[in-house]
Amino acid sequence: MTGPDARPLLEVAGVSVRFGALVALNQVSLGICHGEILAIIGPNGAGKTTLLNAISGFYHPYEGRIVFDGKDRTHLKPPDVAALGIARTFQNVALFKGMSVLDNLMTGRLLKMKGSFLLEALYWGPARRQELEHRAFVERIIDFLEIQAIRKTAAGRLPYGLQKRVELGRALAAEPELLLLDEPMAGMNVEEKEDMCRFILDVNGEFGTTIALIEHDMGVVMDISDRVAVLDYGRKIADGAPEQVRKDPAVRDAYLGVSHD
Amino acid sequence: MTELLYGIAVAPFKDMAGSPAFFAEVLIGGVFAGLMYSLVALGFVLIFKASGVFNFAQGAMVLFAALTLVGLIERGVPVALALVLTTAVMVALAWVIERVVLRPLVNQEHIILFMATIGLTFFLEGFGEMVWGANVKKLDIGIPDRSFIVAGIQINQLELSAAVTSAVLVAVLAVFFQRTRIGRALRAVADDHEAALSIGIPLKTIWMIVWSVAGIVAIVAGIMWGAKSGVQFSLSLIALKSLPVLILGGFTSVPGAIVGGLIIGVGEKLGEVYWGPLVGGAIENWFAYVLALAFLLFRPQGLFGEKIIERV
Repeated sequence: MTGPDARPLLEVAGVSVRFGALVALNQVSLGICHGEILAIIGPNGAGKTTLLNAISGFYHPYEGRIVFDGKDRTHLKPPDVAALGIARTFQNVALFKGMSVLDNLMTGRLLKMKGSFLLEALYWGPARRQELEHRAFVERIIDFLEIQAIRKTAAGRLPYGLQKRVELGRALAAEPELLLLDEPMAGMNVEEKEDMCRFILDVNGEFGTTIALIEHDMGVVMDISDRVAVLDYGRKIADGAPEQVRKDPAVRDAYLGVSHD
Repeated sequence: MTELLYGIAVAPFKDMAGSPAFFAEVLIGGVFAGLMYSLVALGFVLIFKASGVFNFAQGAMVLFAALTLVGLIERGVPVALALVLTTAVMVALAWVIERVVLRPLVNQEHIILFMATIGLTFFLEGFGEMVWGANVKKLDIGIPDRSFIVAGIQINQLELSAAVTSAVLVAVLAVFFQRTRIGRALRAVADDHEAALSIGIPLKTIWMIVWSVAGIVAIVAGIMWGAKSGVQFSLSLIALKSLPVLILGGFTSVPGAIVGGLIIGVGEKLGEVYWGPLVGGAIENWFAYVLALAFLLFRPQGLFGEKIIERV
């Protein structure tokens, strides 16, 4: 692990998101530092996914600011956020189900591709070289995630655990600076979880990618994260090292309920 | 009984063998007709591939393109300029459709988008009539509706140019969508809007491109059909004729649209000429639909369509 660095890569400052009368996020401030693995936890409906959606541009906050790499990007749309180097996965796996695993990963490279359509159409010269380069890059990801055997399989036919892995691969194909993972281990068995943990740690360690993930499995959270932020009812109630957060009474109350006697 | 069997299984083939030149003529006529269907089907495939939407308005777009072209030529605009202007109109139309119809409906159910395209059909028909009038118009683009004879086979010049144009258009599109990164982006968008957005595919741009291309295909189809049978409101009904083509070829396949069109074109012409007398003719009118029905029963994804995968 490279260990976190103090400069924030992404800064969420006083962000609120409302859906009609429902306040899903209430003035949440949170920094994600260069090179760290940040876990965002909290009970169901705490606003974790909303926060991720706000960062990746699917929702726009009605107050507050989101600053990435020193630039304000509060109101950018998803494709523009992706272009800045923020990649994400979804809670309910959003793969291109009819396409092969390889093609899914290649779509992750789209932002990196340039050049003339004419040359691409003729599959000639620079366009051909480019395609081969991207293909080589994608092959490295395939090796890294150990999914060589399913390269040509349609993504929709894979078991859930593998789909999650392919989705991670597609996000990695974009060579993101910041990777947002929405419950990367939901619905996995112990073995699959262990694999996924290893991949997340390796991505962080080998490429120095900053990672923010939402996770419910406390064991996993305590094991792999450098820092943990806790949301409850749209507010941030704790933020710190895993050990420290585990002992925080406010966190216990949020999970177990407050006794009233 | 034997007579009937003879009529179905023997006599037609004897006729074919008996007069090969005539058989070739029927076959060529079928190929030409098939390519014309393909041309319309192609517009559907493009939009279906990119957005998973069955664009009911494709027929109306063909009509609208033809009306615009004829209207401009009637007002004394030179043909070449009229073509450029019509293309501009279709691209502008794509832009408007993206803004007004598609963008507000992002991530909605496909059936809702389908309904929206039905609305679009009525709008385009009404708007076209309002601007250009409701009379049947003759479209003359300078290709004579004459025939010439090669090796004893009669070939219609207009049909030949229509066939060649379709073939070229199809080849260009197939290459464009299979080889370029737009093609991959297109399939991604068709599969999952959210995921496509998250990896940086601008939905708006893709839709705009696809509807523009569908509009240009509509112009070509409009010219060909218009030159053949005049520009009139029944032109928007050829959309119905291309439905079986789509079912045969698969909704997502450009080559499928071509092969489907050819099978139907050739099938209905041969059926009409050789088997028609047995049932008193008119096979041409229902052949395509019966074939489509059979496909729906046994191979619902069509010849080239992507396999339908559903996990439960």
